[in-house]
Amino acid sequence: MSFLVVPCLLLLLASVAFVQGKRRALAVAAGERLHSRPWYHGMLVALWCLIPGLLIYLLWVFFADSILTRLVLQELPREMLARGAAQKTLLVNDLHNLVAGHVAARDIDPVLQQAADHYRALAATGRMFMAFLMLGTAVLSAALVYFRISPDLRSRNHVEQIIRVGLLLCSTVAVLTTIGIVLSVLFESIRFFRQVPLAEFLFGLKWSPQMAMRADQVASSGSFGAVPVLAGTFMISAIALAVAVPVGLMSAIYLSEYAAPGVRTWAKPAMEILAGVPTVVYGFFAALVVAPCIRDVGTMAGLDVSSESALAAGLVMGIMIIPFVSSLSDDVINAVPQSLRDGSYGLGATRSETIIHVVLPAALPGIVGGILLAASRAIGETMIVVMAAGLSARLTANPLEAVTTVTVQIVTLLVGDQEFDSPKTLAAFALGLLLFVVTLLLNVVALYVVRRYREEYE
Amino acid sequence: MDAAQAVLKISDMPFPAVDEQQGTVEGAGPAPRADNRDTVGEPFVEDPRMTCRDVNVYYGEKHAIRDVSIDIAHNEVLAMIGPSGCGKSTFLRCLNRMNDTVDTCRVSGRILLDGLDIYGRLVDVVPLRARVGMVFQKPNPFPKSIYDNIAYGPRIHGLAESRSELDGIVENSLKKAGLWQEVHDRLDQPGTGLSGGQQQRLCIARAIAVQPEVILMDEPCSALDPIATATVEDLIAELREQYTIVIVTHNMQQAARVSRRTAYFHLGALIEVGPTDRIFTNPRHRLTEDYITGRFG
Ligand SMILES: Nc1ncnc2c1ncn2[C@@H]1O[C@H](COP(=O)(O)OP(=O)(O)OP(=O)(O)O)[C@@H](O)[C@H]1O
Ligand SMILES: [Mg+2]
Repeated sequence: MSFLVVPCLLLLLASVAFVQGKRRALAVAAGERLHSRPWYHGMLVALWCLIPGLLIYLLWVFFADSILTRLVLQELPREMLARGAAQKTLLVNDLHNLVAGHVAARDIDPVLQQAADHYRALAATGRMFMAFLMLGTAVLSAALVYFRISPDLRSRNHVEQIIRVGLLLCSTVAVLTTIGIVLSVLFESIRFFRQVPLAEFLFGLKWSPQMAMRADQVASSGSFGAVPVLAGTFMISAIALAVAVPVGLMSAIYLSEYAAPGVRTWAKPAMEILAGVPTVVYGFFAALVVAPCIRDVGTMAGLDVSSESALAAGLVMGIMIIPFVSSLSDDVINAVPQSLRDGSYGLGATRSETIIHVVLPAALPGIVGGILLAASRAIGETMIVVMAAGLSARLTANPLEAVTTVTVQIVTLLVGDQEFDSPKTLAAFALGLLLFVVTLLLNVVALYVVRRYREEYE
Repeated sequence: MDAAQAVLKISDMPFPAVDEQQGTVEGAGPAPRADNRDTVGEPFVEDPRMTCRDVNVYYGEKHAIRDVSIDIAHNEVLAMIGPSGCGKSTFLRCLNRMNDTVDTCRVSGRILLDGLDIYGRLVDVVPLRARVGMVFQKPNPFPKSIYDNIAYGPRIHGLAESRSELDGIVENSLKKAGLWQEVHDRLDQPGTGLSGGQQQRLCIARAIAVQPEVILMDEPCSALDPIATATVEDLIAELREQYTIVIVTHNMQQAARVSRRTAYFHLGALIEVGPTDRIFTNPRHRLTEDYITGRFG
């Protein structure tokens, strides 16, 4: 709570700074021509008030805890700390619980309680100190800029620069997060590959991650061949694409070339709703409607169909990704210049000839990009497969059997209480990495294709 | 009003040769240069290739072409000039029914090609557009190879029995368009990779390849530099031997150089038609005179 008061104060201060800066700019101008409009001067003062304050605040938020903890631990009796790293983490945990006011399950060591109280006191003083430091710095730096305001001050350029840096920081956050995710998956995967050879993982034909927990237990030793799992993913994705590509492409062509504008305005958003349906809903649609349907039809045809089948999951997933294909294709087909169509009509081509020979070839790279995007979506899909395709990691080419996919295996490996250093759990990270690499490759290809497309008819 | 009625009557006649008569009507009026919106000059010819009578075009509510009647003779180059937005492109696009692709567009009146009403109910636009080809303002080669660009029309119309025949058509068209020398050794490269002037000649070659009788050109040189323009103009001069050409242009020197007759449009109406040299030296209508002397437009 008081946590939020300080930033609010800062904001207030900044708005005062803005008004004052603007006023001073007007006063300083006194008929002379200002280099920047008063708004920019005010903004510059406000930014110089806000940014140093915020920096100090962020430093506090990020580092206060570790500094305080270290300070408090130093005062604990020596023997409490000398019990090794694991004990120390436990101690710190307890301390934090006490500070936060959670009641610990165990009896509370009075020494620790004392330390916690100390921590709290320190934190309070620290917060006060921080607040004063922050507001003081803010006022000071704002004042510095305030007194520099003159008709010649290039406030506009400064503000633009600050905005640029701000935007850069935001995009850096996104990039850094991605890198962080990749690295964490990578490190866990490396731990996995210390226990299971890479070759076995990539080329092994058997996937059964159940392992003996203790040495005396009778259980399979676990085999981690990713091929059946990957094959399942590819089979289901292929079925999904076999549904989505023709349907999506045809509807895109209809929408952009044939449909009256009125139809288009409601039909396109209506199709895009498909992408907005939660995948869980698709999942039970697949499990409760499509899969039994397929089984009944199969039984009538004398086929042996399991109640969970790759076909059911693939079909429903195909419906789900139709909008990815249709919406993107529709966009690129619309982006094909009318002049190309006119050229074709002007030579006496019919509408379908024009579409087949001129529009689609011109839009093809963009369409391929859309399809690849849909494919990476299909590969990453989990819920539908969990519910409709089953869990058995069988290496089969028969779409009527139950299969499993990479994502489903990741889920089943990580659900529940797990040891975080058994190969079974670590395998999830390796699978994640594999999936990431596959979709990344697809995306790179898609990007490349889309980029080439831009040069196509300009 | 007398003059107006006279013109209306004339335009009702099937194929009159009324050049002189029209002149007399105008001459009889109080002012030698009329100010009304009826066509003056010689819109009609004997034995026309295309005949347009009372053509009106609407884009939804907007009346874009008003009562235009004009003939287009065999093997002539007709230039259409007029201020921007006066309906030149619209009228040109009526001549091969390109306006069909615009949903809001409605055309009334009669347009005959060799005596056949092209807006007749049984007329198929596919062969019509093969007979009346079109070249657009901006070069619009397909993003295909040069060869495929030219072969596109012949292929869809089945004009070539064999590959060698198709090769022949491609070579011939490129030669007629004066592009063969420049591209014969790179026919498999994309047409979009050519220069602007080359692209426009490629588009002309593409139009020629389906052996049309009439070629419509909508400001074919407006995107080209003077040298490329000169090439295209030379080409038009050559094509005139075999084809009927209707060309829209904003460049009056160009109209004077390439055309035999010139038609001046103003706000959707056809104001004056006549032999090019006469229009440019001695316009009969005040609007025409104002336009070509640069007083507006
Ligand atoms: N698709 C359309 N929908 C509605 N109005 C149109 C359409 N195309 C043209 N118009 C209108 O019809 C009139 C004639 O247009 P047109 O393109 O024929 O003029 P233009 O003489 O070719 O002009 P420019 O010399 O600038 O090319 C203009 O007022 C234009 O706004
Ligand atoms: Mg035009």
